[in-house]
Amino acid sequence: MSFRDNPFGEIRLPLALGAAAAAVVALVVAFALLMIDRRQTYQTEVYNALRKASDGVVAPVTGAVATPVRWAGDALQHVGGYFFAASENRRLKAELAAAEAWRERAVALADENARYRALLGLAVDPPVPMVTGRTVTESRGPFANTRLINVGSERGVKVGHPVLSENGLVGRVIGVAPRVSRVLLLTDAASRTPVMIQRTRARAILTGDGGWAPELAFLRGRDAARPGDLVLTSGDGGVLPRGITVGRVDRGADGVLRVRLASDAAPVDFVRVLLFEDFVRLEDLRALNRPAEPPPPTAMPRAPEPPPATPPSREPAR
Amino acid sequence: MSAVARPLRVARWVGAPLAVALLASLLLAAPIRLAGLPLPEPVTLMVPAFAWALIRPALSPAAALLVGGLALEVLWGAPTGLWSLSLLAAYLPVLAFRNVLAGQSQVVLWVWFGLACLLAQATGWLATFWLTGAAPSLAASGLQWLATVVLFPLASFLVEHFRDADVRFR
Repeated sequence: MSFRDNPFGEIRLPLALGAAAAAVVALVVAFALLMIDRRQTYQTEVYNALRKASDGVVAPVTGAVATPVRWAGDALQHVGGYFFAASENRRLKAELAAAEAWRERAVALADENARYRALLGLAVDPPVPMVTGRTVTESRGPFANTRLINVGSERGVKVGHPVLSENGLVGRVIGVAPRVSRVLLLTDAASRTPVMIQRTRARAILTGDGGWAPELAFLRGRDAARPGDLVLTSGDGGVLPRGITVGRVDRGADGVLRVRLASDAAPVDFVRVLLFEDFVRLEDLRALNRPAEPPPPTAMPRAPEPPPATPPSREPAR
Repeated sequence: MSAVARPLRVARWVGAPLAVALLASLLLAAPIRLAGLPLPEPVTLMVPAFAWALIRPALSPAAALLVGGLALEVLWGAPTGLWSLSLLAAYLPVLAFRNVLAGQSQVVLWVWFGLACLLAQATGWLATFWLTGAAPSLAASGLQWLATVVLFPLASFLVEHFRDADVRFR
């Protein structure tokens, strides 16, 4: 049968109707993709291969394309630094003078802490190795706050590792490709971080909402937090190490207690990824109970003999 | 075929604006600050989405918005389907009312562009709320809406440039 004999040959779909139908079909496809993504987003093991591949492609492309923009930004910052050099010099001198006093105090406290730990036989947290990376892209919108950094599984980065700037916690790794990682920022609407108020030791969950200051949710106790209080990671759940600086409490325009993030104090261009292993996922839990190092030699004359440390239990930590 | 009668190719009125919008998003994703402030993050794809609906009804813009939305999600790390859904949710009503919008002044079109952007933001807000269980910040949504709305002159340029470019649609 020739084309002209086709009984449907004269039927023409109105163009507007065809366009609308195509848009509806695309809408249904997008919704289906969203449904599939909803099932996979928080199961880090199934951070799908497509995302890994796309992150691996986006990072170098973006890095190359955005280089002129970065140069322009660096040049403007350089010019700004030139004009504000005098005031910055005054501020830095004042900070240095204050820091000198704190340094002596910190050295004394560190020494005292080391002695107490040794005397008590405490198994302290081992030093956490880290790798440094550079931010390649960032998204700052209300629905996604993430960054791509240029270190990945080749450097030992894994999903869940905390990411810090020089000022404080930035977020955690949610996806890893060989040379690039995706970091979920504390401000993302999907971010939930266990924190504590340093002054009261009150626990809360830092809940991102896409805005500049995440909310302190599930904060318990009367006067548990005030504006200005320091907020640290609590370490609850073992996902993040305890004591990392997060920011300071602030009251939002809506009256809700929020946290002004410490990492916002400066551009987050270089970051450190802590290769921190969640202890509940350690293969050998006895590593947690290794005996402490012997106490350092003391300069104090006739110091009393420390009591023998209790032999550490060989049972795995619960 | 003469140059005047040459039909407008999809690559010109759909492909090129899509590529330029994605390139702009790529540039604005650079992690730099100017005067202490981060770069704005407008939804650049709203510009062609609005213009395509006014230029002419066709099948290709829907596919372009689906693909462009997916590209935005890859770039921004957003849930898959979120921006495709939001862009198409804004595109469909403009397409439905394109006859009403024909011949309107620039101010009226700007208001309609603002409403379309609002619809896209509202769709994204609801989808994020549904996905995460947390209400995204209205202030952050408002800022992104504002950064997008100011791009209307680019959408107007696209409409003026391509509306009468194909003699078959004059």
